[in-house]
Amino acid sequence: MEIDPFIFRLSIFILSIFIGYYVVWSVTPSLHTPLMSVTNAISSVIIVGAIIAALAGASESIFNTSSIFGFIAIILAAINIFGGFLVTQRMLQMYKKKKDKKK
Amino acid sequence: MISANLAAIFYLVSGILFILALRGLSSPDTSRQGNYFGIAGMIIAIVVTFLSIGNFSTSLVYVIIFLVIGGAIGAFIAFKIPMTAMPELVAGFHSLVGLAAVFVAIAAFLNPAAFNLGNVGDIKLASLIEMSIGAAVGAITFSGSIIAFLKLRGIMSGAPIVFSGQHILNLVLGISIFVLIFYLCKTQSTNIFWTVIIISFLVGVLLIIPIGGADMPVVISMLNSYSGWAAAGIGFTLENTALIITGALVGSSGAILSYIMCKAMNRSFVSVILGGFGADNSTDDKKEKKDQKPVKSGNAEDAAFLMKNASSVIIVPGYGMAVAQAQHALREMVDKLKKNDIKVTYAIHPVAGRMPGHMNVLLAEANVPYDEVFELEDINNDFANSDVAFVIGANDVTNPVAKTDPKSPIFGMPVLDVEKCKSVLFVKRSLSPGYAGIDNELFYKDNTLMLFADAKKMTEDIVKNLD
Repeated sequence: MEIDPFIFRLSIFILSIFIGYYVVWSVTPSLHTPLMSVTNAISSVIIVGAIIAALAGASESIFNTSSIFGFIAIILAAINIFGGFLVTQRMLQMYKKKKDKKK
Repeated sequence: MISANLAAIFYLVSGILFILALRGLSSPDTSRQGNYFGIAGMIIAIVVTFLSIGNFSTSLVYVIIFLVIGGAIGAFIAFKIPMTAMPELVAGFHSLVGLAAVFVAIAAFLNPAAFNLGNVGDIKLASLIEMSIGAAVGAITFSGSIIAFLKLRGIMSGAPIVFSGQHILNLVLGISIFVLIFYLCKTQSTNIFWTVIIISFLVGVLLIIPIGGADMPVVISMLNSYSGWAAAGIGFTLENTALIITGALVGSSGAILSYIMCKAMNRSFVSVILGGFGADNSTDDKKEKKDQKPVKSGNAEDAAFLMKNASSVIIVPGYGMAVAQAQHALREMVDKLKKNDIKVTYAIHPVAGRMPGHMNVLLAEANVPYDEVFELEDINNDFANSDVAFVIGANDVTNPVAKTDPKSPIFGMPVLDVEKCKSVLFVKRSLSPGYAGIDNELFYKDNTLMLFADAKKMTEDIVKNLD
């Protein structure tokens, strides 16, 4: 009997939860704020769904109800992607050791 | 146009890069590299999506235009935002992820053919369940984060909003979402789909309004987790590995952070969610008691004298430091102390501030080297061997009552053993109780000197007196 592809995706999902569990526990507490901003940025990979929805409009007209939702979602996710990664970068730049304190 | 299999492999690669991005955060040295991994993963995912659709018509131009508009707004915010506003920024970003998830789910519902999910009115059952869960969790994340944002920004009062029957109402709404999803699967009705989303928006609001200001670290972490589960739900709908992996990572990351925050407050997750903590109820009789107890208060000169004659000083920052923007003045003070060969370290309680790691970021912004900043368990034994503890903007996390009085609402919460220092300098605007609404015994200890002033002004005055 064939295995439903859903089961494979579920396996990936469950295993990723475990990976997340171990990886996040190893994050140093002083970097918890950057952790939140970077998880924010990566969860915006939801933009792939938005792009599919937006491009699907092309068959009839560029803007139909479904693709408009896609386009708005692109803006929202893009704000998050750029904002999330850049603000994380800005924060991480500030973490310095004692030695390189001299500018 | 690339094949679906090849695309799936690239999505897997970007998922792995996201894992490495989080992995990098295990140390500040590797964290910057980790962030680049994350960016690379995102670029791969977006490019592969374009290639796998293979639609290079005019609509692609619009996609890129919208992408650039969003990107420009995001970049602008990222560069402009002051570090003290980080908690509300993160809450705001969570709301965007939530809303994006809702919109993608709506788009998929209205045009399932584009996602290979069947046709309008005949969407595959599994996909329908996945997308409605994704939409519901996304909607809760969105409205919940908006409330959290308003509370953190101070537009809405941080005080918990409670009314009778609140929990029952939430329960009823929660159950009705599941019932509606069940009927949605049977009827494929558009109206039911919209109703699910609207009720979820309502649940998000109701869930966050009873939670008070100082429980915000838990709320933000929890919403972080929700945004992950919403992304994962959409990932299942789109059958996209990158999204499933990311959703799981973010979901568990937020859950762990909520757990750490709850533990640091010695409160159960359920009690935080049910909310109502810290509501003003018994402050009046506390005030009477306070008047009777003697308090030693001093000025900047006394504080500077004490610190100049110390050989080691531990700084305990809290939310008040963030509010007063005192981190730069504080660093100046510490530099002066260091010139006099005084050993200075920082002690940070896990729930200091309004989000996990909030204090660390502020100190980093003020150029404090991160190897001088210590977590509660690493530094707590040092208080006994130190001369001066300088408490700036923290309160409940230093209250010895948590160790001594089983009746206290914060009993059992891990606190910094500040009172073990030879002397304690406590910068605070007044004797008012902290967020937990309880009096801090530390104020009345013989070795405590209260410095009544704004944190920033007091620190600046001390700097002047150190010369």
